[in-house]
Amino acid sequence: MTSASSNSLDHRISLRQRLALRGIDGVTLLVLPAVLFLLAVFIYPFIYGLILSFKPKEGGTFANYRTFFSDPFLYDTILTTLWLAVPVTIISIAIALPVAFRVRLMTHQRLLTTILVLPVTLGTVLVAEGLLNYLGPQGWFSRTLMLLGMIDRPVKLTNNYWGVFSSLIITGFPFTFLLTLSYVSGVDPALEQAAATHGAGSWQRFRHVMLPLLVPGLAIAFCLSFVQAFAVFPSAVLLGAPAGPTRVISIAAYQAAFEQYDYSMASAIAMIMAVVQLLIVVAVLGIRNMFYRGSTAGGKG
Amino acid sequence: MIRDTTIGAKLWITAVWVVVAFFVINLLAMIATVIMSSFATRWLGTWLPAGWTTNWYFTAWSEFQLSDVLIVTFQIAFTVVALSGLLGVTAAYALARRDFPGKKLVMLLFLLPLLVPPITFGIPLATVLYQAGVGGTFWGVVLANLVPTVPFVILVMIPFIEQIDPKIEAAARVFGAGTFQLFVHVLLPMLLPGILAALLLVLVRTVAMFELTFLTAGPTSQTLVVALYYSVFAAGVRAVQSIDAMAVVYMVTTLIWLLIALRFVNPTQIVARAKQQQTTA
Repeated sequence: MTSASSNSLDHRISLRQRLALRGIDGVTLLVLPAVLFLLAVFIYPFIYGLILSFKPKEGGTFANYRTFFSDPFLYDTILTTLWLAVPVTIISIAIALPVAFRVRLMTHQRLLTTILVLPVTLGTVLVAEGLLNYLGPQGWFSRTLMLLGMIDRPVKLTNNYWGVFSSLIITGFPFTFLLTLSYVSGVDPALEQAAATHGAGSWQRFRHVMLPLLVPGLAIAFCLSFVQAFAVFPSAVLLGAPAGPTRVISIAAYQAAFEQYDYSMASAIAMIMAVVQLLIVVAVLGIRNMFYRGSTAGGKG
Repeated sequence: MIRDTTIGAKLWITAVWVVVAFFVINLLAMIATVIMSSFATRWLGTWLPAGWTTNWYFTAWSEFQLSDVLIVTFQIAFTVVALSGLLGVTAAYALARRDFPGKKLVMLLFLLPLLVPPITFGIPLATVLYQAGVGGTFWGVVLANLVPTVPFVILVMIPFIEQIDPKIEAAARVFGAGTFQLFVHVLLPMLLPGILAALLLVLVRTVAMFELTFLTAGPTSQTLVVALYYSVFAAGVRAVQSIDAMAVVYMVTTLIWLLIALRFVNPTQIVARAKQQQTTA
């Protein structure tokens, strides 16, 4: 017979050991501050915003959403944003893929990748500011085209769709490219060499060996680039026509929050934004699942 | 390596490099425009400015109160760096060393702030911060900027910590090192390159982070990039060259840190956040 106190001691030790066996001990607790912090400043505001969006200034529970989807000035922003984000993402991927195929063969990638990191670092505000001069009617871009005789009067590339488009390409392409490059370099070159040994041409090697292996990575690159492009804000204001053709959804959300002080409506628009992004990401990942998934490393067995 | 020698393949390779060159030339020309304009006396309708001057820097410095803005920018950036290092490295250590139930959920929690664009979570976050009374203040901006940087530090540090053999820690324990001693004398020296790289990237990201700072900053807590946005937004009020001078100041402040950071990290690491280490058999 054991006494009650030693029994509870046994129990305490075994509980601690049981937790340690499952990987929970003092070290694991170190993760808690970061988790609690993100719960407080990331998850909580999201839930708060979601609830707030159902408590409109006036009207019933769904009044904000009803207003959004009945006012073309508001719901058109979804299409405007998609009309910018989807072409930019597709073009970025389409250019990034062949370039990554060449760059992976280079021995000195560092200079090129460093140049490409520049726009990611400088950020959208500086790129928009630079492009206002560079693409403007007196800028070097139009001047060069005129010098080459390709156009006879300056092309209008600022304060419209194309201004925002170019700034999204400049800030978005490097991001897409570096992601794509990391996937392309992850594929074992032996696989391609094996295909070449068996007489596959360069197109056949790409179509039947590399592309199937890269589809999962490209889908992720597409999602990440799309989500970034969909949230375009400063360049749409500075370089576009924020009242008309480039009135993107983040402008609508910003105006609701900081010009009309209707935080409930702003939260509703932010939620709609998140849902549209989520839908596209889920669709792309759904398509991805229909392709091969597995190791991109060559095996010997 | 496979060599393609057909004419079609050569044309294709040339076309690829032409595209890259076109992109890089436009990018560099755009940056050159900004720099040149900031030193120009008058630049209208010609290839090059009419004359050169450095006066715009003095004008911009006083007009935009750049010394105040720079001080605020660095106060915010270094506070964010310190706090995200503290929260991030400890969490990364736990995640690298332990497997526990719910670890996948925790990893998802750390991935989401990096995947969701700042403007999407920034608006509800700004609402909450303004309701709590910290919106528009120094700490509001710091809190908002920490949301993406803490997960960033965690994801960059996990592979660094995993590289260190746990036997080294075990050996230190055997010789009687406490947790604090273990951290200061054993882990910190080995992790220093990784921590330095992660924190420098956090610094660059914070100086360049527009959306979150824009949504939460008040008049006294604006960083350089937000001040630049407002001056471009109100263009026409001030001379273009003076705005460009400010843009150059901004460029220099970010690029210095980027160049230092690039000495420690591979550029692909800046965007490919949680790339799994691939081992080829």
